Amino acid sequence: MAAHRCNIFMLVFVLCGLTYVFVRADIEDTNHVKDAESVAVDIARKANIGASLRSTKTEDQTQAAEKERQWEAETNPADAPSDNKADHVHDTMQNLDSRPAPYAKDQTQEAAEEERQWEATEVKEADHVPDTMQTPDVPPPTPAKDQFQEELVIRPLHSGDIYASFQFRTMWDTDFLRGSKVSHYRLFPKSLGQVISKFSVRELHISFTQGYWRTMQWGQPFLPSPPGAELWVWFQDTVTDVDGAWKELTNVLSGIFCASLNFIDSTNTVQPSASFKPLGLGNVTDQRFLRYAVLPREIVCTENLTPWKKLLPCGSKAGLAVLMKSEKLFHSSFHSQALHFRPVCQDWKCKSTVWELRQTLNVVFDLHTSGQGKREWSLFKMFSRTLTEACPLASSSKVYVDVTDNPQGELFELSPTTPLLSQAVVLGDRRTYSVYDLTNQATFGQTRSLNMLLRWRAAESGDMLRPLLHGERYVAGYGLQTGEIHTLMYNNHPYRAFPVLLLDTVPWYLRLYIHTLTVTSKGRDNKPSYIHYQPSKDRLRPHLLEMLVQLPPNSVTEVTMQFERALLKWTEYTPDPNHGFYVGSSVISALVPSVVAMDTNSTRECPLFSSFFPCKEESSYFMRVYTEPLLVNLPTPDFSMPYNVICLTCTVVAVGYGSLYNLLTRTFQVEEPSPGLAKRLANIIRRLRGVPLL
Amino acid sequence: YYPPLRPVRSRWLALASYSVMCYLAGVAWFMGLAFEPFTLRTYMSENAMGSTMVEERFPAGERALATGREFAAHKKKVGGMPVDWLVKTMQSRGLEVFTQSFTRKLPFPDENKERYMVRGTNVYGILRAPRAPRTEALVLSAPCSEGNNNNQAVGLLLGLAQYFRSQIHWAKDIIFLVNEHDLIGMQAWLEGYHHTNTTGGDWSPLQGRGGSIQAALSLELSSDVITSLDLVLEGLNGQLPNLDLANLFYAFCQKIGVLCTIQGKLQRNDWDTTSGYSHAAQTMMLMVLKQASGRPWGDHGLFLRYHIEAASIRGINSFRQYKTDTTTIGRLLEGMYRKLNNLLERLHQSYFFYLMPSLSRFVSIGYYMPAFGLLAVILLLRALDLWVQLGASPPGTEDGVAGGVQVSYGPSSPGVLSILTPVVISHMTGVALYTLPILSQEMAVQHFPVSETEAVVLTAIAIYTAGLALPHNTHRLLQGEGTEEGWRVLKLVALLYLAVLLGCTALINFSLGFILALSLVPIAAFITPHTPKALSAAIMVLLSPGCTLLYCVFVFQELQETPVSLQDGWMLFLSVISQGILDHALYGSLVYPLLALLIYPCWLLLWNILFWK
Repeated sequence: MAAHRCNIFMLVFVLCGLTYVFVRADIEDTNHVKDAESVAVDIARKANIGASLRSTKTEDQTQAAEKERQWEAETNPADAPSDNKADHVHDTMQNLDSRPAPYAKDQTQEAAEEERQWEATEVKEADHVPDTMQTPDVPPPTPAKDQFQEELVIRPLHSGDIYASFQFRTMWDTDFLRGSKVSHYRLFPKSLGQVISKFSVRELHISFTQGYWRTMQWGQPFLPSPPGAELWVWFQDTVTDVDGAWKELTNVLSGIFCASLNFIDSTNTVQPSASFKPLGLGNVTDQRFLRYAVLPREIVCTENLTPWKKLLPCGSKAGLAVLMKSEKLFHSSFHSQALHFRPVCQDWKCKSTVWELRQTLNVVFDLHTSGQGKREWSLFKMFSRTLTEACPLASSSKVYVDVTDNPQGELFELSPTTPLLSQAVVLGDRRTYSVYDLTNQATFGQTRSLNMLLRWRAAESGDMLRPLLHGERYVAGYGLQTGEIHTLMYNNHPYRAFPVLLLDTVPWYLRLYIHTLTVTSKGRDNKPSYIHYQPSKDRLRPHLLEMLVQLPPNSVTEVTMQFERALLKWTEYTPDPNHGFYVGSSVISALVPSVVAMDTNSTRECPLFSSFFPCKEESSYFMRVYTEPLLVNLPTPDFSMPYNVICLTCTVVAVGYGSLYNLLTRTFQVEEPSPGLAKRLANIIRRLRGVPLL
Repeated sequence: YYPPLRPVRSRWLALASYSVMCYLAGVAWFMGLAFEPFTLRTYMSENAMGSTMVEERFPAGERALATGREFAAHKKKVGGMPVDWLVKTMQSRGLEVFTQSFTRKLPFPDENKERYMVRGTNVYGILRAPRAPRTEALVLSAPCSEGNNNNQAVGLLLGLAQYFRSQIHWAKDIIFLVNEHDLIGMQAWLEGYHHTNTTGGDWSPLQGRGGSIQAALSLELSSDVITSLDLVLEGLNGQLPNLDLANLFYAFCQKIGVLCTIQGKLQRNDWDTTSGYSHAAQTMMLMVLKQASGRPWGDHGLFLRYHIEAASIRGINSFRQYKTDTTTIGRLLEGMYRKLNNLLERLHQSYFFYLMPSLSRFVSIGYYMPAFGLLAVILLLRALDLWVQLGASPPGTEDGVAGGVQVSYGPSSPGVLSILTPVVISHMTGVALYTLPILSQEMAVQHFPVSETEAVVLTAIAIYTAGLALPHNTHRLLQGEGTEEGWRVLKLVALLYLAVLLGCTALINFSLGFILALSLVPIAAFITPHTPKALSAAIMVLLSPGCTLLYCVFVFQELQETPVSLQDGWMLFLSVISQGILDHALYGSLVYPLLALLIYPCWLLLWNILFWK
């Protein structure tokens, strides 16, 4: 009998093994097909340059377009799905050629101008074209229910530093809201999926950042995040007890990410009315289902990175994630890791939604502290690893290097060279990227490993275009009684004004004097067109201030507000009260006029007919800027000696001397025997009558 | 029911002897503070700076000196602050560089530094700490001085900036500041940083900040090699940085082997000899005098208002054999900044109120306050005595004889008016002393052959002297004779007023309070209308606040081992007055208004009592 059962087990085991092999083969087949497709894209580019421009946009997961969509969702949520349609056109690669390219002709001339470069591309590409020629004929396979993409963007910064941004995207067509029925997880991390279905989360955005993004030196990041931890969640509108769900969710996430998110409570949670609209599909705009919290003091380190890496399908075993060695990632100027979960369209028709999980990691490596001061970067120098393979589960795996400022290779030298180029409008600026496709074995060359090397030719890289929007914040004044919060917003655009949304969350122990709120630009009063202010409640909730302010062109807008520092109860002080108390970053959200639009009259050569009207899609882009957090000192009692002495003496006096004194001064009397019942009754009556007692 | 009073005469004697005893005890206590067995050895209270090991590896002293020479050349070429060169140099070292321009018109020309309309630029570069959110910062500053001074300091500052930039372990932003026109530039920068304007300066707003500043050091270095480093602590209004900053400096001097001084005096080990004691006493007295002056004694002095612990480090090159090179100073500063960088909280563990008889010894507030308390208690005893006398004054007391003078009690108690008039008039004189010198300088310059500065100082002295004639004029306003009870009430008021004034002053600035108490308490205790007029008047004038200032000038010069002749001393006295007024106008020092508006009127009240009719 036992042997029989054993045989059955063996059979099951063998069956499982076979199934696995088939599935695995299937996946690899799919990957292979997709490789072919991406090459097909490159071929298509040659055939139709205009179309290729659109396709490269696809490859980039165009940031600007997304941001735009976000803004659209904010301004007109009802239209969101239809707007998304336009973008998701790009997300589908199957019917690339069949679709008409509306502005292809406009772009043709410009592309022709860069023909030399593209031609060079063609020549190099020619050698591997033949073996992929037949692939476009293969009918596209049915899309898997989930897919995974990974990419790394490397952008050399003008300061000599280098910016590396990882993005990992998992898409899954499933319904989390069915609760426990979602049990079979493949690429999507199960720990997160369970949380999402338990708490009915519609959107979840969490970021852990160590350091402050230096906008003035580095330009704009792909995904901005404030120093410390930031968490914002949109719940499904079926959730009844949002606060309860939020409380539990923060505690669960705290466990998943090994972070102190459990410190999020009602005193640092707000519900912004306008600044944080859903980034995904859906027209829920009722802020009751939104919770936003920032922990500016959260310190991010390896213990947060490890659980974050574990959520990736390949872990840190293969693909781009092998580069994430913590001793290198934390030997940098800036480190930010984030996770975004949201519903997006499945295809360009947007008939159904899929869930998108996007994990991002941004690092800036410092030129000066990386030793030798040589302006030279390589993958190995940055990460002390090289790339050897793509993640086998990934449908696409690419490395992009920003070569916009380096069209002729005069600024830096990039080796190995890559035939693929890609163009995208990122944050309102048209950028060109060299693309390394890791799913293509040719990328790795003879050495079977990819170690890109950027060597600067010029000692000084040219001037950076000033970021159009940036913010600063500081505390003014001295003394421990009052102070003033100054928020500066710079609009560096030479002639365009644009509105920004400012969100300020200030803890209750800074008592804001809202009547002292002033907004001035260019020395004149600038009246905000929308103000949403929620006063704080002591020990319950923070101040929330949201304003819509129009920033005049080429100006600094200053928002000032006075506050008084509250005296806390002595148990409310942190263990290090003299360090000060943190106030989280302000958030400035804006629809910024695009640099491309600004460029129309510049010296860049482009056909006249293409540049008269700035094209609508690129004319402005969504941007979010975080200011620095504040460190404010509160009046602090001297917790050291005198305080202890007072406490101790008081205790000694109260306990020791008090009881002795009590003993000495009390007069002792012989207790009278208790009076009889009749007398007690008589006394009660007498008391009622007001007559002296017996 | 009143208990029978002791005979007035014996009571007066007892009180006088108590007063003298208290006074002598106070002085003796104070002098005893410099005696080593009575003081405590300094120790590091801040754990974050104590046990952590720091290695100092700054190698580039020679290069720093070369940069300093380059700076000097550019300074000479431009004829002032070489702003462009500094900006470029700091940028090439990987800092974020910003400039701030400021203009300042002094209320009257400063003859010591020869400036009137001041226009300048501060240049500062911020080293952004990796992975820090711009919440905390440290400052290292060096002044860009006239002539050939402090070039080496700027060179070393730039050298340190370059070296620090290549290190990964900074947790706080470090701001490297080169300020022009020493304190005026520093004032402009600090007010710009904190967006305040206390003294009406005109500066451009700052573009870059690094959050709340935790500590600052100001570096002054004028030679390639030095023999010792001097630590300057005294700041505006007698504020001192936390003692841990001094401890940190001392600890690193010991570790690296640099001679270090405070008040320019080395410490000695022979505390049991007379010369050893007098050395410590001199060091402490110098600190007391500097603190009492209420002026910032280095560029660090203005930081203290913003609760930023700051000190100046001054390189001194004397004729000693043992020399220290710039690399060693660089290593010392590196070590100090590394430790400050380790701070988790603001410096708060150690003392903020202390005196230092040497760099390794300190006297805390608990030890020095009794010296002042013994002086102040005289005032209270006197006031109590007067109070009792006034309470016991109704006719029927046994004896009305005091000091051989018939005490005649007036038929009516003195009206409020007779007390209020001298109080108001003295304070009006004080207000005149505070405002008129600056207001009337133009008029004085037109009518007398003096410069503006002289006009201001001489006007101040004239008003001060004119106050002496007040009693005669005050009485004209009064109806009838001043009563015996009247002066007692007035003296009671004056005593309590003085006690409160000195008490509050001593709490904030012990040295100033103590010096004023030393001179004012004797006259306040013993002055009555019945003492011999001429002698008392002479003593009162000699112990008046103005004369105290004059003595302080001479004593200070004596202690600094640069004694001056009477003539030079007088000139110095005049310049000290003008500096005091300027300090108030430029940086908001409170000593001049305190003396003019409160102490001087109080002294005038006592003067009034002497001439009570």
